[in-house]
Amino acid sequence: MAMTEAPSGRANRARSTATVDSGRNLLEVAGLKMHFPLTQGIIFQRQVGAVRAVDGIDFFVEKGETLGLVGESGCGKSTTGRAILQLYKPTAGSVKFDGTELTTLGGEQMRRMRRRMQMIFQDPYASLNPRMTVGNIIGEPLEVHSLAKGRAKTERVQELLKVVGLNPYFTNRYPHEFSGGQRQRIGVARALAVEPDFIVADEPISALDVSIQAQIINLLEELQDRFNLTYLFIAHDLSVVRHISDRVAVMYLGKVVELADRAELYERPLHPYTQALLSAVPIPDPQVEQKRKRIILTGDVPSPVNPPSGCRFHTRCWKAQQICSEVDPEFIEHAPRHWAACHFPGA
Amino acid sequence: MATTTAAIRGQAAETVVRPSRSLWSNAWYKLRHDRLTIVAFVVIVLLAGLAAGADVLASQVFNYTFEKQDLLRTYQKPTLQPLAFLFGTDEIGRSQVVRLLYGGRISLTVGFVAAFVNLTVGVGLGLAAGYFRGVIDDIYTWFVTTLQSIPTLFLLLIIAAIWTPGPATLTVVIGLLFWTGISLFVRGQTFSLREREFVIAARTIGARDARIMFRHILPNVLPLIFILAAIDIGGIILVESALSYLGLGITPPTPSWGNMLTNATAYFVRAPWLVIPPGAMIFVTVLCLYLIGDGLRDALDPRIRETK
Repeated sequence: MAMTEAPSGRANRARSTATVDSGRNLLEVAGLKMHFPLTQGIIFQRQVGAVRAVDGIDFFVEKGETLGLVGESGCGKSTTGRAILQLYKPTAGSVKFDGTELTTLGGEQMRRMRRRMQMIFQDPYASLNPRMTVGNIIGEPLEVHSLAKGRAKTERVQELLKVVGLNPYFTNRYPHEFSGGQRQRIGVARALAVEPDFIVADEPISALDVSIQAQIINLLEELQDRFNLTYLFIAHDLSVVRHISDRVAVMYLGKVVELADRAELYERPLHPYTQALLSAVPIPDPQVEQKRKRIILTGDVPSPVNPPSGCRFHTRCWKAQQICSEVDPEFIEHAPRHWAACHFPGA
Repeated sequence: MATTTAAIRGQAAETVVRPSRSLWSNAWYKLRHDRLTIVAFVVIVLLAGLAAGADVLASQVFNYTFEKQDLLRTYQKPTLQPLAFLFGTDEIGRSQVVRLLYGGRISLTVGFVAAFVNLTVGVGLGLAAGYFRGVIDDIYTWFVTTLQSIPTLFLLLIIAAIWTPGPATLTVVIGLLFWTGISLFVRGQTFSLREREFVIAARTIGARDARIMFRHILPNVLPLIFILAAIDIGGIILVESALSYLGLGITPPTPSWGNMLTNATAYFVRAPWLVIPPGAMIFVTVLCLYLIGDGLRDALDPRIRETK
C-alpha cells in the first residue's frame, strides 16, 4: 500500500461497501450512527454531549453467510446489532433489509418486518421472562404474528423444542428449572419460531460455560444449514468468530476499522488494531506460543463521549503520525473484499 | 450435530409430563397448601363477615343498637351479663362490642375500596409513565410531585368544606389522594424492568406495547403490588381515624375503628378495654393483610416450589 499517498487521492476508489453486488446482500448498513444524548438540567433539559456508541459504520451481510462482529467491550457491537433491528432509533444512516429501508418504516410495518429478523441474547438468565412457562415464551412470537393458535401452537412449540435439542415435554416448565445452555436453546427456539431469514446473535455464548459453548455454536451452525439463515454474530472471542464466520468486521470505538473474508483477515490483517487483537490470541502449541509476539497496546480505550480527533486509534497506535490525529482515515477497499480504515495499513 | 442428537435421545428416555399449569393455576395450587396464608385469609373473611352482619347481630344477639346510650352504666367492665357488655361500655354507656362491629363495617369498606382506587390509579399511571417515559413521564412526575407537595390536611379541609364528610366522600378522597407512593414504586420498577433483556426480546419478536406492559412487566411488578396493597389498606384505616378525629371523616355517633380508638385514648387509664379492642382489630387486620400479601407473592413466584 502506498503509505505516503494523500488521503484526497483515495476518494475515487471503491469505498461504499453497501453498493457492492447488491443482489446478494440481505442487509446493507450505510453511515449508521447511534448517539445517546447526555442531558443536564431539571426543568429545561439541554443536551451537553452525546455518547457516540456507533459513529458512522458501513457494511453489508450477504444472504446465507455469517458476518462476525468483534471488538472490545464498549466499542458499540451490541448497539450496532440493536440499531439494525430498530430497537434503538438510529441517529443517522440507513439500514436496508432485503431492499427495504428500515429506519423510515412505521411502527406497524416494522412490527410485521420483525418476523424476518430475530435476535439471540447474551445472557440466558436475563432474556427469558421468569414468570412465563417455556411453552408461553416460545409460543409468544406465534401469537404475536397470528401464526398458530391452540393445538397447532402447542405442536409447533414442541417441534421447535425438538429442533433445538430439548425435550418437547418441557413446555410447562419455567426458565429457572434449566441450565444456562438449555436456556440459551430456549432463546434460540423463540428466535426460530417465526422462521426468520436473519438473526443477530449478540454474544450468544459469552455467558456460558466453555464446555457448553461448543454445543451452542454447533447448534447455530446446524440451524443455519437447515433453515438457510443469515447471521450477524457479535462476539469478543476471536477464535470462536474465526470458527463460525465467513467474513469478519472489527470495531473500535464506534467505527468499523476493518472488514474482510475470514481467512484474509486472520492471515493478512491491515489495521494495526486488528493486528494487536490477533496477536493476543493464544495458540495451543507450546513451541509456537513461546515465540508468539504480542503487541501490547498502551493506555485505555478513549471515551466515546469525546473520541480522539482524526483516526480514533491514533492515541494507542505505534504507527501513528501527524496525519493520524488530523484526518479521519476513510474506509476503503485495499485488496479485493478487504476494507480497512487506516492511513498506514499493512505490516 | 452429534451432541444435539445424543441430547435428544438422552432426554427422550426421561418422559416426565407435567400437567399444564398457568402462572395463576400454579399460584392457586400453592396457596391452597400455604396454611398461614389461609388462616390469615379466613380471619379477614371472618372480620368482614361480622362487620357485614352487624345489623343482625346487634338486634338478635346483643339487643343493643350502636347509638343506644345508658348513662347509668358508663365505663362498665367487660362482662358476659348482658352480652352487649362483652367488651364493656364507653363514657356514655354505649356497647363497645356492637360499636366494634359497625366500626369494622366502615373501616374495612373504606380501607378496601380506597385501596382499590389507589391501586388502579397508581399502578395504571405508574406503569404507563415508567414504560413510555419521555413527555408522558414528565407530565406524570410533575403531577405527582405537585400532589405530594400539597399539605393533605389543608386539601382535606377544603374538600370537607365543599362536600359533606361521610364514608363515601372519605373513600373517594383517600382513593384519589394517596396513590402517589404506590405509583412511584411501580414506575421505578417499570423503569428497570423495561430495560431487561426479556422485555427487549419481547419487542424483538414484535409484541405490541400493551402486551409488553401487561404480559411481561406487570406480572413481574405484581409481588410488589400485593405487599404495597397490604400496607396501603392498613395505612388507610389509620388515616381514616386521624381524619375522623378532625371531624373530616366519619362523624360520631357513627363508629369506625379509627374514631373509637382516638376517642378512647382519653380514658386509657380508666378504661383500657375501650382502647385495646379497636387497636387489636386494626392490628389483626393489618397483620393478616401482610401475611396474605406475602403468601401471594410467594405463590406467584414460580421459583419458589415449596410451601410453608
